[in-house]
Amino acid sequence: MNSGPTIVPLPYKASEVEAAIGSNWPSILLSAYRWMVLGRTLDARMQALQRQGRVGFYGASTGHEAVNVAAGLATEADDWIFPGLREQLVALVRGHSLVTYAHHLFADDLDPGRGRNMPCHPTASEVHYVSMSSVIGTQISHAVGLAHALRSRSAPGVVLAFFGDGGTSSNDFHAGLNFAGVWRLPVVFCCANNQWAISVPVERQTAATSLASKADAYGFGGSRVDGTDFVAVYRALREALAAARSNAGPKLLEFVVYRMTPHSSADDPTRYQPADWAARAASHDPVGRLEAWLFAHQGLTEPARSRFKAEAEEQVREAVRVAEETPPPRPGSLTEDVYAPAVSSRAPKGR
Amino acid sequence: MTELTLVQAVNRGLFEAMRSDPDVLVLGEDVGVNGGVFRATEGLYKEFGADRVIDTPLSETGIVGTAIGMALYGLKPVAEIQFLDFIYPAFDQIVSELSKFRYRSGGQYPCHVVIRSPYGGGIRGGLYHSQSTEAYFCHTAGLKVVVPSTPADAKGLLLTAIHDEDPVLFLEPKRIYRSVTGEVPDGDGRVPFGTARLVREGTDVSLFAYGAMVPPTSEAAEKLAGEGISAEVIDLRSLVPLDEASVVASVQKTGRAVVVHEAARFCGFGGEVAAVLAEKAFYSLKAPIARVTGYDTPFPYALENLYLPNADTIMHAARSTVKAG
Repeated sequence: MNSGPTIVPLPYKASEVEAAIGSNWPSILLSAYRWMVLGRTLDARMQALQRQGRVGFYGASTGHEAVNVAAGLATEADDWIFPGLREQLVALVRGHSLVTYAHHLFADDLDPGRGRNMPCHPTASEVHYVSMSSVIGTQISHAVGLAHALRSRSAPGVVLAFFGDGGTSSNDFHAGLNFAGVWRLPVVFCCANNQWAISVPVERQTAATSLASKADAYGFGGSRVDGTDFVAVYRALREALAAARSNAGPKLLEFVVYRMTPHSSADDPTRYQPADWAARAASHDPVGRLEAWLFAHQGLTEPARSRFKAEAEEQVREAVRVAEETPPPRPGSLTEDVYAPAVSSRAPKGR
Repeated sequence: MTELTLVQAVNRGLFEAMRSDPDVLVLGEDVGVNGGVFRATEGLYKEFGADRVIDTPLSETGIVGTAIGMALYGLKPVAEIQFLDFIYPAFDQIVSELSKFRYRSGGQYPCHVVIRSPYGGGIRGGLYHSQSTEAYFCHTAGLKVVVPSTPADAKGLLLTAIHDEDPVLFLEPKRIYRSVTGEVPDGDGRVPFGTARLVREGTDVSLFAYGAMVPPTSEAAEKLAGEGISAEVIDLRSLVPLDEASVVASVQKTGRAVVVHEAARFCGFGGEVAAVLAEKAFYSLKAPIARVTGYDTPFPYALENLYLPNADTIMHAARSTVKAG
């Protein structure tokens, strides 16, 4: 296995992992690992298909897997996800079908979003994964409004708002965190700080000592978390979710991760990233870090690792096959869903 | 029937909607304890409480953005933007998010928010309390835009907006908030979207107006009658969807058209009305279509009466179309 770069090991004994995430830690870690392998496999396959011209666009989440899988596993069914560009794995872990997601990536007739949004912008309402735009930060105030609705209805659920380091400079970061602080709402703000907003490094994004420290200005807590350490991410999320459920108000979590791919399929990072970035990122590969720990502490074996990888590849291959056989959306759907269907065009109820 | 001012009719509509549907709520700056700077939300806070009449921090993008979140959950938020001039921090939320949620989610996330906003000049409000920029919003697919000019329409269109399934920008002509009074039905009295209101019948020229331009347009028609010109007045009131059939039918009858709005002329809504007539009533036209509008300048403070259309400028345009053919 260890033919790649030196991985920074996860700094835990098994007993410390149990203390951090509970007695069912072995099954959580194994499940997390398998989801992370699926995410990594999907990213690799889709980037290849994009280069072949079979998918129009792709924004990989390579390097973000620990955050996304932890969010998927740590949340409950009645929680809500307001994603940014790199959180589709959260939807999959929460139960969105990989085949359905492939229909979205191929923008075909069975895409629930009907092929209107770019790839990597899925809508998965069945798992409370809300439709996103490509505008940065706007979803943050949506998350806050939904949390207000939950609380005003005494409904269960916490809202997770995802955004990147660039998103912390947006109008709605300020508006959303400010409103949430004033109203003390059950929102966990999840900043995936991958240290690059396309070409702009995070130190050119803010003069603050950390992105997490921005929470101080809004009257609630913020924490910086190693976003490539699944155990740390899962623990931080569980604590923030529990606090929000008990009406302790919002929380800002800054997950420091490494963007291990270009910003998107339309980007060339050699124009702006330093030569040693790839090696630094690879040493903090969240999949590699968890995998190494599982080898050392949980009895993961090479045959099992190979089997998990092969199964993930088969799942992705099958999803791609099904999607590529599906025709594009009907031309008539171009003008549907702009407005609600007119009353006169609705089928009569018959009673 | 009850005699109300236009702003009282808005207030009445909000009360009735909130009493009949617990999903309806109001949010915005100063809308709660203070009852709104124009008093449109007067009394709501006392009756419905802080969870349904929400004083927000001062951020238009936050107001519309959080309203969107509430609507995604299934509530029916009515957001107030204190002046249309201040809506631009929320423009992104309106244009990129609110109006596109249904489409981009394949119908999974309809997003029904009503945004109420006082607009327009004639109140000594200067550059930033006077503008009439409805055209920006009419250009955005997915959004509906309505503008009442009477108390009955204010309540009736507002109730339709609140019970509609699409996002609606509800523009309130603040210049006539209190100067116009009228009978308002005590019952539901909803006014359907996409229907223009025939204010006055005529045979020589059709005058199209909306919002605060309806009173001077009606005054112009009255005076033109004294000169022997029979002017028809149509209050468009629903800009999106537009009642194209009524617009076209009127000009097929009169053969002449004058479009009146206080917004700037270039790319203003009058251009769209003129284009519809050019496409669908061309062979009925006896004269070039005229537009009476604000100037293509920022909105002025000291010279606002020069900037705004009035009965005289409307009459001048109507006479010119009659003389032309």
